[in-house]
Amino acid sequence: MVFFLQNLVNALQWGSFYALIALGYSMVYSILMLFNFAHGDIFMVGAYIGFGVASCILALASLGANTLPNWLILVLTILISMFLNSFLGMLVERIGYRPLRDAPRASAAITGLMIGIILETGILALFGARRISFPPLIQTVTYNMGGVFVTNKKIVIVLVSVMFMLALHQFVRRTKYGMAMRAMAFDYVVVPLMGVPLNTIAAMTFGIGSALAAVAGILFGVAYPVLDPYMGIIYGWKAFVAAILGGRGSIMGATLAGFLLGFIEIFVAMIFPSTLRDLIAYSIILLILVFRPHGFFGEPYSARLRL
Amino acid sequence: MEKTYSPISPDQSTGRGRIRRWFSGIPVLGWIFGALVAVVLEYYLGDALSEVLGLEKVPALFGVTLILKKPLLLPKCLMFVGLIYVIPISVVAKYLSPLTNRIAGKLIQYPYGVSAVLHLALLYAVFYIWSDVSAYRLLTLKLSLIAVMITLSLNVVNGYMGEFSCSHPGFLALGAYGASVITVLFFVKDKLFGAPLLPPAIGPYLYPVALVLGGLLASVGALVIAVPSFRTRGDYLAIISLAFMFIVKSLIENLEIVGGPRGLSSQPGWSSLLTVFIWTVLCVWIINNFVRSTLGKAANAVRDDESAADAMTVNTRRTKVVTFMFAAFWAGVAGGLYAHVIRYANPGDFGIQKLADVLAMVYLGGLNSVVGSIVGAVGMSILGEALRPLGIYKWIIIPLLLILVMIFRPTGLIAFREFDVREILKPKRRM
Repeated sequence: MVFFLQNLVNALQWGSFYALIALGYSMVYSILMLFNFAHGDIFMVGAYIGFGVASCILALASLGANTLPNWLILVLTILISMFLNSFLGMLVERIGYRPLRDAPRASAAITGLMIGIILETGILALFGARRISFPPLIQTVTYNMGGVFVTNKKIVIVLVSVMFMLALHQFVRRTKYGMAMRAMAFDYVVVPLMGVPLNTIAAMTFGIGSALAAVAGILFGVAYPVLDPYMGIIYGWKAFVAAILGGRGSIMGATLAGFLLGFIEIFVAMIFPSTLRDLIAYSIILLILVFRPHGFFGEPYSARLRL
Repeated sequence: MEKTYSPISPDQSTGRGRIRRWFSGIPVLGWIFGALVAVVLEYYLGDALSEVLGLEKVPALFGVTLILKKPLLLPKCLMFVGLIYVIPISVVAKYLSPLTNRIAGKLIQYPYGVSAVLHLALLYAVFYIWSDVSAYRLLTLKLSLIAVMITLSLNVVNGYMGEFSCSHPGFLALGAYGASVITVLFFVKDKLFGAPLLPPAIGPYLYPVALVLGGLLASVGALVIAVPSFRTRGDYLAIISLAFMFIVKSLIENLEIVGGPRGLSSQPGWSSLLTVFIWTVLCVWIINNFVRSTLGKAANAVRDDESAADAMTVNTRRTKVVTFMFAAFWAGVAGGLYAHVIRYANPGDFGIQKLADVLAMVYLGGLNSVVGSIVGAVGMSILGEALRPLGIYKWIIIPLLLILVMIFRPTGLIAFREFDVREILKPKRRM
């Protein structure tokens, strides 16, 4: 039981990364019906931006007499990185996706793949092939709760992720822009005719998605303090899986699917040899999709597919 | 459709129009003759000429790699390429055109297989002599030919049937491992499988059987994707095929009997240029016939509107299963050839990186087009090799080029174009 609970805690942390990345992915996917294959690399760049911002703040703080408390540095890092990374997302949308709005969807997907490769190579050229370590912002404290070991990092990660998920939920449900996004997800051909500015909403979607990716990147840096330029690829594809598993146009579904993916992976690694993780995890996903071909919350759609 | 030029067409006065007029009326046979003369020239005079020009050796890929390493060699490389390739090819093609036209005209009167075989034999001779200069050229050529097969087979699913399938690396892996296990088990002394079960001398004759079995293994794997595709399509199928790819990769990594994550080595080097060439030609020919057959048209109908196709008596299930298995078969054969060219198979080779490569080749060349696939595969392979001296900056330039292609031609360079063998083989009338 204790063993199970311990893994549940680990799964919660692992799943919250997936959920955060999948949220950004799912927003773009549901509104513009795009496979944003660059999202994993935007997450990676987010982690690097977080690294840069945190290093700068630490350097500045150490210059002054009174150093800032660590939690404040973490909050500042997250906020500044979100801001910077959202510009990256909007830039990617402007350069790579907007010219291809009316093109076949697969062409835009290829553009995304290529932008991802450019981002990886760019980071590789900037930082070199060596892995860099994220500055330790939180001193690890381990709490023993009846045999279950919980570190404060895990608590922070889960709390921050859940906070941003709830904030996004409120944004999408309560604000005018959120309503525009939902309308766009419903039908993005007709809604612009009603006076909703498609380009603004699309850029905003990319911006928010990338900001969430930056949060995920920094939390990743806090949890596993090693960054390398190729770390985004696998998370990008997992987010792709989670976004679609959750169902088209469903932010709730993406969150759930992200957590589910994390849970499956941790528990498979717990029961079976860890080399079988991908094999069993993807087999389960395959089975879920065979029995529920439209994801958890997706509606079956028979609309004509644009190649 | 034949283009017609009126006598006072404005494009005659331009340089491009003049060049086009000068070269009009040259049949494909003429170009192949020209290329043959050029490669023979290079074979005999290449070393001497490169010495005269002050190059260390004959430039491997038309001097592109050399220029990127030492930009100052640009004029010399241009001179070499001009003297060996451009001038001989254009002169021979131009001045032999009456002769080649007559030959092509004679040949076309026989069943067109005769003409096709003759053209292909000459083309093979060109490749053979060209690749004889260095092992690097030979490897690049083989890998390009295999890339053509892979791209074509993916185009059958993604372009002709319109499913965004991500499973191709999985099929490649199945084919590569299937064929490798057979050849290593039966014909090679290896530390994994021990002594060969059959005398190695008959191995090369049974190699095609091994490739076909690898292809069949891949098509059995395709059933895993084809069956769920009855109930769903589009994005969900993309996930299913992606999951399939990961499952295959992970399965191979966990199978200690085929080497696990260390990979399987000591394949015999039976993928000679002739073998690869013949399989590629077979692949292009059969896929070209497939996409023009009733089944290929049915696949197009499924792409354009599945329910309408169903209403029009197209058996969509059968179409999907057959198309998936057919494409997977060719991917498997290509995988087998690839494993025997590299003489090593590693599960890490058949991951997301490979998927990105293959997708880029298909969408660069163009959807729904056999010629497009050939252009895309050869273009990307040559580009990838030519820009190798740039190091990692290669991976900024190639993606940028692809993004530009996507923005200006969203369906690829040569999309939705038919490929007619007869049209290529027939003699050209002078304009």
